[in-house]
Amino acid sequence: MFWHDFDFCSAQLRALPAGALWWGDAKLLCVSDLHLGKSERMARRGGQLVPPYDSLETLIRLKDLIDQHDPETVICLGDSFDDLTAGQRLDANLLQLLATLIAGRKWIWITGNHDPGPLDIQGSWLAEFKQDGLTFRHIAQDTSEAGEISGHFHPKASIRGRRRPCFCYDSRRLILPAFGTYTGGLRASDPVIANLFDSTARAVMTGTKSTVIPLRAA
Amino acid sequence: MLIAMATLPKTFQDWFERRGWQPHPHQLALTEQAKTASLLLIAPTGGGKTLAGFLPTLIDLATNPEPGLHTLYISPLKALAADIRRNLATPTEELGLDIRIEDRTGDTSQTMRKRQRVDPPHILLTTPESLALLISYEDAPRIFRGLKRIIVDEIHALAESKRGDQLMLALSRLTTLAPDAVRLGLSATVEDPPALGAFLSTGTPTKIIEADPGPQPDISMLITQAPPPWAGTGGAYAACAIMQEIKRHKTTLVFINTRASAELFFQALWAINPDNLPIGLHHGSLSKEARGKVEGAMATGALRAIVCTGSLDLGIDWGDVDLVIQVGAPKNVKRLVQRIGRANHRYNAPSKALLVPANRFEVVECQAALEAVMEHDLDGDPRGPGPLDVLCQHILLIACSGGFQADALYQEVRKAGPYRDLPRAEFDQCVDYCATGGYALKAYDRWQRLKNTGGTWHLRDPRATQRIRMNTGTIMDVETLPVRMRGGRQRALGEVEESFAATLEPGDTFLIGGQVVLYESLREMTVLVSRTARKNPKIAVFMGTKLATSTRLSQRVSTFLDTPSKWSALPQHTQTWLKQQQALSQMPRPDRLLVETFWRGERAHLCIYGFAGRNALQTLGLLITKRMEERGLDPLGFVATDYALLIWGLKEVTDPAPLLDARTLRDGLERWLSSNAVMKRTFRNAARIACLIERNLPGQRKSGKQATFSSDILYDTLLKYDPDHLLMKITRTEAERGLVDFGRIEEMLHRIEGRIDLVQAPHVTPLAAPLLLEVGKVPIKGAAQDTLLEQEAEALMKDAGLTA
Repeated sequence: MFWHDFDFCSAQLRALPAGALWWGDAKLLCVSDLHLGKSERMARRGGQLVPPYDSLETLIRLKDLIDQHDPETVICLGDSFDDLTAGQRLDANLLQLLATLIAGRKWIWITGNHDPGPLDIQGSWLAEFKQDGLTFRHIAQDTSEAGEISGHFHPKASIRGRRRPCFCYDSRRLILPAFGTYTGGLRASDPVIANLFDSTARAVMTGTKSTVIPLRAA
Repeated sequence: MLIAMATLPKTFQDWFERRGWQPHPHQLALTEQAKTASLLLIAPTGGGKTLAGFLPTLIDLATNPEPGLHTLYISPLKALAADIRRNLATPTEELGLDIRIEDRTGDTSQTMRKRQRVDPPHILLTTPESLALLISYEDAPRIFRGLKRIIVDEIHALAESKRGDQLMLALSRLTTLAPDAVRLGLSATVEDPPALGAFLSTGTPTKIIEADPGPQPDISMLITQAPPPWAGTGGAYAACAIMQEIKRHKTTLVFINTRASAELFFQALWAINPDNLPIGLHHGSLSKEARGKVEGAMATGALRAIVCTGSLDLGIDWGDVDLVIQVGAPKNVKRLVQRIGRANHRYNAPSKALLVPANRFEVVECQAALEAVMEHDLDGDPRGPGPLDVLCQHILLIACSGGFQADALYQEVRKAGPYRDLPRAEFDQCVDYCATGGYALKAYDRWQRLKNTGGTWHLRDPRATQRIRMNTGTIMDVETLPVRMRGGRQRALGEVEESFAATLEPGDTFLIGGQVVLYESLREMTVLVSRTARKNPKIAVFMGTKLATSTRLSQRVSTFLDTPSKWSALPQHTQTWLKQQQALSQMPRPDRLLVETFWRGERAHLCIYGFAGRNALQTLGLLITKRMEERGLDPLGFVATDYALLIWGLKEVTDPAPLLDARTLRDGLERWLSSNAVMKRTFRNAARIACLIERNLPGQRKSGKQATFSSDILYDTLLKYDPDHLLMKITRTEAERGLVDFGRIEEMLHRIEGRIDLVQAPHVTPLAAPLLLEVGKVPIKGAAQDTLLEQEAEALMKDAGLTA
């Protein structure tokens, strides 16, 4: 098995090795922290000129997942755009690619700290979204009900010297890895992340196949 | 000599006489040649080079004490700059000169640096990195306007890295600002003085002065009662014998090739030090304070020995060192000669040195190196053209100083030795990279760091100067993390590589600063450890890469093996070993390639005596095993040393020739390189030097959160969308020269011209046997590795009481 299937608050979820969450019963695909337009924002703000291919690469990887799973619903868990200006300045060909992905399905943009307001792009812009006992929001809340799915932290885990983005979950909470191409990360065992979970928490590493390790060892 | 002395002004003659000193002929030659535009002095370590270099400056300032910067001195080491400042204090005081001498390095305070720009001293002592920053200021023309002399110390060492390229670019800037300034390079013994002269000059030939090399060194191999082990690089077997030598001498420097072996050897020495002789440890992973303490103790003569790595190849001269010991094969004759020169700095006394082979094969290499030293047969690979990542950084720094015209800057850059043949197209590509990123996707008008206004390139946003200046330099240390004791005074013991730290599990032990410590946790980018009573550490492999034996020395070893008449110089055990090899198989020969096959247990072995150095043979191993896989020969793994490559698998190779075809190997190389970790590491360094990735950001927090994404992602993105980008080209060029070292494989294949001797031996051969014991075996990647990862993850889950 290349993915990792698990039960979470009575939903059967699948952590895909590409870094997205698939909820088969709801035909729902969820990705977090796309940070579209990041290289543009860096060039604009600091003058650092990193290769301008990140948004294209992120959208192509998302398109592959959508082609494979044909979801009815897609949720982008916040920080989908590196800032609102970056969202407004996306190239026409990228906007077109994005429009073809959105067409024909329910598309939910959860707002994040990088993209707090709606952009002129198809889909519903929401602060959070609930379905069948699961709550989707950008940042995990300190005291939340069971069934919260969030992003924001860009968790990473390393084993045998290999460091990869990872999912983190226990029985109440799930945090997704960042899906965007140019995204750094925070070690999942760092207290900022680890303190959100109990001792049974696991980290599911992304890559060519999902590898599960205890979150504390991440 | 008296006539020669007469060339000095009276006050200086008197001063030499008062001190009872006789100036060396080369010191006087420097004074006579003071007006030569470009001068290179080659003298063995300790020939009083540095002070001699300042003599013309002092004479000039004694007669003509104008204010303003007169002489700029550049050294590779901050400590050396500070040391020179102290050493110059005595003569200037005794000669009654009223001049200011100051150093300017990373350690100089902000206030001092500002003042130096407003009111420069007569003599400024600095490093290439600090100089690069200085020329990036708008007031650089005013600071350097009156400059008369430039002294580059230890130029042989600077020329070996990108620091030298950076320095030469900065110097050609200075030549524009102060056209009459003359240059003086000071160098230890090198194999090709004219090449170093060309590196230093602005185009006119450099005049070379070679000082008397002094008497031949007293150098020999240390013969121990027990023969060295068959494999290994630690030299621990010789600890007792070396301790005897330390006792017999006043001060001994013990050079050892890697930091990890230095740690282990230091421990081995202290384990048999009944008299508690003061012995110190010095290597690049130790904290600055720890190193400073050892250097201080050495300077006052408080230490009897220092176990050190290349970290002491340069630096302050210690007159009292009377023995240099090299543990492990020297790998490179030139470096060995320079190390030997650290003993007995009094000019006419022979330096005394001992070579200690760490294993049986190294006995042969040590013998070959010893002969090379006596014959003055130095090695060294010619310098390639100046690297473009360094040029990109230079262009950005020049932009910080207020802009440039492309034509003028191109002419100026070509006055730097390493960039003399730089094609205009490559220069323009670098300017384009600095201005817009140089991406194939041109639609991005917002990608603009430099703007061209009326023919002048300047920064779009002047605030970018701070970020550019914060990220200059070409010294690319591997990412390291400090190691501290948990609790207590939190004193740093030293540093380990980030990748090493990532492999540590709580409970693991490793050696640092001569003690075994227990890994506890990683907190805020610091490795926290505690004391442990355990004696045997999980070995600390701080440095992944090892130096490969030089081409010249490999050739000498190969020739030596093929010349049985010379074997009598070797210890008996080694002679016997070589004779056994002759009887069972044959000796490798320089113009042919010996390939042996034999079975051992269920495994077929293939041993290729390539003599091309560790890095090249490692690459050859990866390429050949890939081809073996394609041909269904089921390779399982391989190991490479400087001399041979050993591959094992399930099937015997009966015809090695198709595996060694140069063209197919090169095709394989191109495919393999693109996804290789070596390439990513090379890319990361180039991307940092060219300021694509910023290492330092203003107001950076140490939150443990990766400030930026990894450079591997940028590499993968460029490979996919922009494979011909400038930085990708730089990466490919460098990888082939450096760690991949494919040039040496091609050189070997060219040399043997298909003359392959295949020996099917009945069992493992004497020369191949040590390879079976080598560490650093490489398993063939593929299904096997994923299985390993899976097993490790399962074990972790099980230990944690969790089920996947």
